Amino acid sequence: MKIKWVILTLIIAITTVLTGCEPLKVLNPKGPQAETTADVIWISIMTMAVVVITVIALYIFYVIKASRRPDDYEPPYIKSNPIVESLIVGVPVLIIIFLTVVTVKSLYVVEAPPEIYENQEPLVIYASSSNWKWHFSYPEEDIETVNYLFIPTNRPIKFKLYSYGPISSFWIPQLGGQKYAMVHATTTLHLAADVPGEYMGRNANFTGKGFAEQTFNVKAMPPEEYEKWVEEVKATAEPLTKKKFDELLEPGHLGQLTFTGNHLGFSPPPMSHGEMSSDTEETDSGLSMQPHESKDKSGNESD
Amino acid sequence: MDFFNRFAIPNPTPTIYASMVAIALTVIAVIIGLTYFKKWGYLFREWLTTVDHKRIGIMYLISALLMLFRGGVDAIMMRAQTAVPENTFLNAAEYNEVFTTHGVVMIFFMAMAFIIALMNFVVPLQIGARDVAFPRLNLLSFWLYFVGAMLFNLSFVLGGSPNAGWTSYFPLAGTQFSESVGTNYYMWALQISGLGTLMTGINFIVTILKMRAPGMTLMKMPMFTWSALVTNIIIVFAFPVLTVTLLMGTFDRQFGTNFFTMTNGGDDMLWANLFWVWGHPEVYILILPAFGIYSEVIPTFTQRNLYGYKSMVLSMVIISLLSFMVWVHHFFTMGQGALTNSIFSFTTMLIAIPTGMKIFNWLLTIRKGKIRFTVPMLYSLGFIPLFTIGGVTGVMLAMASADYQYHNTMFLVAHFHNVIIPGVVFAMLAGLTYWWPKMFGFMLNEKIGKWAFWFISIGFCLAFFPMYISGLDGQARRMYTYSAETGFGVWNMISFIGAGMMAIGFIIIVYNIYYSIRYSPRNVGDDPWNARSLEWATHNPVPEYNFAVTPQVNSSEALWDAKKNGHKLFKGELKEIHMPNNSGLPVIMAVLFFVFGFSFVFSIWPGVILSGVGIFSSMAYQSYMKDRGKHISVEEIKETEAKFGGGKK
Ligand code: HEM
Ligand SMILES: [Cu+2]
Repeated sequence: MKIKWVILTLIIAITTVLTGCEPLKVLNPKGPQAETTADVIWISIMTMAVVVITVIALYIFYVIKASRRPDDYEPPYIKSNPIVESLIVGVPVLIIIFLTVVTVKSLYVVEAPPEIYENQEPLVIYASSSNWKWHFSYPEEDIETVNYLFIPTNRPIKFKLYSYGPISSFWIPQLGGQKYAMVHATTTLHLAADVPGEYMGRNANFTGKGFAEQTFNVKAMPPEEYEKWVEEVKATAEPLTKKKFDELLEPGHLGQLTFTGNHLGFSPPPMSHGEMSSDTEETDSGLSMQPHESKDKSGNESD
Repeated sequence: MDFFNRFAIPNPTPTIYASMVAIALTVIAVIIGLTYFKKWGYLFREWLTTVDHKRIGIMYLISALLMLFRGGVDAIMMRAQTAVPENTFLNAAEYNEVFTTHGVVMIFFMAMAFIIALMNFVVPLQIGARDVAFPRLNLLSFWLYFVGAMLFNLSFVLGGSPNAGWTSYFPLAGTQFSESVGTNYYMWALQISGLGTLMTGINFIVTILKMRAPGMTLMKMPMFTWSALVTNIIIVFAFPVLTVTLLMGTFDRQFGTNFFTMTNGGDDMLWANLFWVWGHPEVYILILPAFGIYSEVIPTFTQRNLYGYKSMVLSMVIISLLSFMVWVHHFFTMGQGALTNSIFSFTTMLIAIPTGMKIFNWLLTIRKGKIRFTVPMLYSLGFIPLFTIGGVTGVMLAMASADYQYHNTMFLVAHFHNVIIPGVVFAMLAGLTYWWPKMFGFMLNEKIGKWAFWFISIGFCLAFFPMYISGLDGQARRMYTYSAETGFGVWNMISFIGAGMMAIGFIIIVYNIYYSIRYSPRNVGDDPWNARSLEWATHNPVPEYNFAVTPQVNSSEALWDAKKNGHKLFKGELKEIHMPNNSGLPVIMAVLFFVFGFSFVFSIWPGVILSGVGIFSSMAYQSYMKDRGKHISVEEIKETEAKFGGGKK
């Protein structure tokens, strides 16, 4: 069977391309969350390859047969067969059930802090987008950077995402999937890096003219080095004032900038006031609602 | 002076000025030509005011082909810009306009028009009717679509094209970030043509439910008619959502409301939700008629009945229901949390089951068949494996945790082109070639057609498969350029070559049309493909009244029955036929709608008020107009039938 060989070579070709010399970013994870998604992707590629190969094999077989009929062949009238019909429903149902189980399990994994670093307090970073930049506020360290992100390895990072303009999508392919940054709600994204290194980060959701360049550099480094960097910033950087921050929000591109202090005080993210104090409460919903709604809530509480 | 400033384009370039000149020259040439050959009267009486579903279908078809080339040029420009890293052929502002107009033109003005063209032409013939239920409404639908398309294309030279993507997410599409009138054009062009589509939906539901030939029960309808019925039901449920959403967008942009704005309690997630509540059903509005076409073509050219008629119908009904329950999969990344995403992942994957059922039914149809490799069949044979790949990548995207990595990347772009091109576009080309002799009385050249097929198919694979890879490597969609270090260059270069091949394929199709008009033999008979359904039981091309005698049907393959089992289709005597009169009112309303849309785009309120009054007056006039139609006498019918070669069968 020649077909078998063709298909085999194809599979080998595809896998070499996918895993090849320069591995594709999404399939070359550097943190637990990205590892989970990469595993899911591999499972789905394999399952789907089986489906595609089955369909194409049947297809080639039937087409060849149907094109080599003798001249006097008169195609019959065929009623459908209930067994065949239940087979072509039943098998896909099983596949879908399998993939749903994989999806649901992995969803709860990537939407929660990474399990292997469970016993560590996550580092909270507020990442906000404005046309066409990313602002990173480190409330613990009380520093802020623009268009670059330094993180310690082997520690869970909890990103709080929001936007000062169009909907943006925060994405570091090698550390994990995307999540939207929006004006009206703060979203939460849990990531972590296992391996020190520099990674590409960007906005993936179209935001207009400067979208293509709305990228940021991610550098993961051992905790000691990270501490050193924080100290250095505190010693050398300028403080971030409200006036300065408003300037930064103006549409355009900026290089990498570093400040002490951060904008969370004078330009708070869209979220409940309670949120700031009790940070850990809403970890899994991932979405906290608009200020006016949460105000109602706190009002009720004080009643 | 202020008044005229608003018509200026925000990013003028030589290309735009050149297109302005080209558009002006074409318009002048057409006007001079029509006047010189004294064709104005003919054009107006026989075409622009016709209520004949076949001619309306052909007008849709011509418009759709024009839009295909407009959208195709956009596509080539995009692929050329991204073919090499840091290219400067287009700048960011131009690129954004180009990909926005590409998406809108292809979905709304090309694909929608193409399927409505084929539905118009084929459905009444397949059910043995003389026309659609509301012929004048049908003409109005066409004109509203056409006005929308023209208004949209005008944006390029007057005021600036929209540039917030075909999804037009707010707040990006709000006045704060999209100041030019481009997005106003988007709102009104889609609003007006959307109204036309909604009317088509109602019209065809009534036609199919009320006007079938005697004996044609619902479960004896040809599969394309079934797909049209289900599609139009989806249209009637989905398009009102679009209407309201666009209106809210217009209010935000032009009247300062705050539905989607960044302040005063607006909600940017609302647009995304509403858009996809319409948007996902929309992709099934496109694909179901395509499935219908394959279900006609495959039995014809395997020369046997469609396998699993009932499960084909059932699967379409299930798809139509599910299509309203999956919209969240377009923004899994909005932060709804694991539970919501789990549910929508599951509902989305469910759609793969009825879709898979259909694929297997087609395969099982081929199984005992005897293939004739005609051009329509080639497209259908290309469709099965390529669409399967597109479908399984859909399932991959449906797995929300993995979608966090695919979303907004070239992987997604590859997926939807992989379903839309081998799915919808191949079906359109198959349908065009298949029904061409019914429309025009001669066939398209098969040999040239096959060349086109191979160019388009291979071009497609080259253009879109690399995107799966570059997407997994982190290339986001809608980027006008990228740096060389990213390594995306190779993939994009291959894409560009593929796109070029597809362009050649489409040019070959145009050449084929030209060639066949000149050289194709005209005496092809009524049933050149040895087909199975009712549209092939009448003459070629079809007389105004479709069937001299209304056919009697007792299976889903009425003509095949007549040919093989001696079923008698046409019983009874010739009788006088009652047909609707042509109507100029839809043309007048089209002009009024154009003025209305245009004035609204530029906030010229007197124009809005005057044309608005005109539109309502026309509607009132239409309501009280007494037009009882015309009667075609038995003599005339006999004469026509004789002219078409032989009386009734
Ligand atoms: C097996 C069936 C299918 C499944 C499971 C599926 C799944 C999906 C999913 C999950 C997305 C969203 C991905 C994202 O934004 O991250 C998507 C996008 C899309 N799909 Fe499919 N799909 C299927 C079939 C189709 C068909 C038949 C069509 C069209 C004829 C289609 C057209 C589209 C389009 C146009 C988009 C995205 C548009 C955009 O964001 O600009 N899909 N599909
Ligand atoms: Cu969808």
